[in-house]
Amino acid sequence: MATLRIEECSRWFGNVVAVNDVSMSIGPGITGLLGPNGAGKSTLLNLLAGFLPPSAGTVTLDGAATWKNPEAYRVLGIVTEREATYDFLTGRQLVVASAELHGLADPGAAAQRALATVAMQDAQDRKVGEYSKGMKQRVKMASALVHDPMVLLLDEPFNGMDPRQRLHLIELLRGMGAEGRTVLFSSHILEEVEQLAHQIEVVVAGRYAASGDYREIRRLMTDRPHQYTIVSSDDRVLASALVADPSTAGVSLEDGVLRVQAREFLRFAELLPRVARDADVRLLEVSPADESLESVFSYLVEN
Amino acid sequence: MNRTIVRLTAQGMLGGRRLWLLGALALLIVVIAVATRLLVPVSEADAAGLLRAVAFSTFLPLFGLIVGTGAIAPEIDDGSIVHLLAKPVSRHTIVQSKLLVAIGAITALAVVPTMLAAVILGAGPQTVLAFGAGALAAGAVYSVLFLLLTVVTRHAVIIGLVYALMWESLVGSFVPGARSLSVQQWALSVTESIAPAGLVTADVGLGLACGLIVGGFVAATWYAGNRLNVLTLAAED
Repeated sequence: MATLRIEECSRWFGNVVAVNDVSMSIGPGITGLLGPNGAGKSTLLNLLAGFLPPSAGTVTLDGAATWKNPEAYRVLGIVTEREATYDFLTGRQLVVASAELHGLADPGAAAQRALATVAMQDAQDRKVGEYSKGMKQRVKMASALVHDPMVLLLDEPFNGMDPRQRLHLIELLRGMGAEGRTVLFSSHILEEVEQLAHQIEVVVAGRYAASGDYREIRRLMTDRPHQYTIVSSDDRVLASALVADPSTAGVSLEDGVLRVQAREFLRFAELLPRVARDADVRLLEVSPADESLESVFSYLVEN
Repeated sequence: MNRTIVRLTAQGMLGGRRLWLLGALALLIVVIAVATRLLVPVSEADAAGLLRAVAFSTFLPLFGLIVGTGAIAPEIDDGSIVHLLAKPVSRHTIVQSKLLVAIGAITALAVVPTMLAAVILGAGPQTVLAFGAGALAAGAVYSVLFLLLTVVTRHAVIIGLVYALMWESLVGSFVPGARSLSVQQWALSVTESIAPAGLVTADVGLGLACGLIVGGFVAATWYAGNRLNVLTLAAED
């Protein structure tokens, strides 16, 4: 059992604050680090991986700092988003070298085991430089898994993967989570995180925004005031019918555009067609005004 | 020292175009010697002067720059250094292993050709040995200095070039005091001590030169390991 802990941690680069007073604890199982691009996910992972010192606060693995502590890599496995590897090596040579650097007793056997885990045995004798992006990602994964780490950190592991590779990685990570290993991966796609993670940590603009299992995060994201623009056969009648219901927070009718502010997503979704039918108004178009992921995230931060 | 790192470094540094470049430079030293020998009569003193100007002033700093930075700079630039840094291996071990490869390369591709050039120019065994020893001392110090520079700054090649071209060749020849801080002078001092009397003159005494060579080498190696330990991999998001 291994636990990563970030306590009151900040990291700035010159005048730019990348991580702002974040505290979180990541235990066994699969945790997803969710946030829009530029939220500081990679910086957090680099801090956890011991590649960066925190400007303030502490980052520890089972109580020991990860910065300036190469011994931590006996427990940690890291898959970075950077593509660069030793392109002049074959896949097998790269993974064997990793096994040797970890001081494993039988590097060859460990490498074969890791390559089998990511289904790269067939391509192991080709040069890494000739691999596709997905294959590179998998051989890097094999290299990170070769010492059978208790903790696995992955930065945007699903980027550039086709659906089949994605499914394979999901199975692999699920297996590791079920074995009681600590797996942390970052992503900017809610569905991806939802599908895999037991625990989700949301960061926005370098700050901790929310955490919980996917149900809680989903609820936080959907049960918030929603804005819709509606085009109907009679906007005025529809507006007056909607405003009568308590789940409508506000209605405006400007320049022939009807905007409705709903208090709660689910109730409003059910209310709108019913009200329209009763008032004999045809709905021509209903579009959410603020459904971008960014606005969802910023809503989470405001609360 | 770590055999895996030595192997990876040697493959990365000497596989591909860098080996051809270094090989061509090594050949050039020999070609200059052959051409000189064929075209003009060469005395022992002429040979010493030529080796000093060609090998010590130009080739060794240049080789040191190429192998010292080449041992680690490409990995730091493209981020593949994480493969080494994310392992339970002492940073000092990483530096020492890479340094071994750099010194091996400079010995094979600059020190040996320098000695070969001396032989071709008709120098006696003592002179050949003297230039070999001096070249090895210079090569080792240049390797570690440029490797250290690479770990400390992203502009290692520029700074290294300025040092190799400006400091060693220009400042040294106009400002006598600067010579005691010139790797070339330290190496010449070693050569002077072995070569027949009066053949080579250095501006730095042998004791001071040896102290600076050994002290500088050990200190730079140790400091490079320390700096690698705090090398941060810049986040990209």
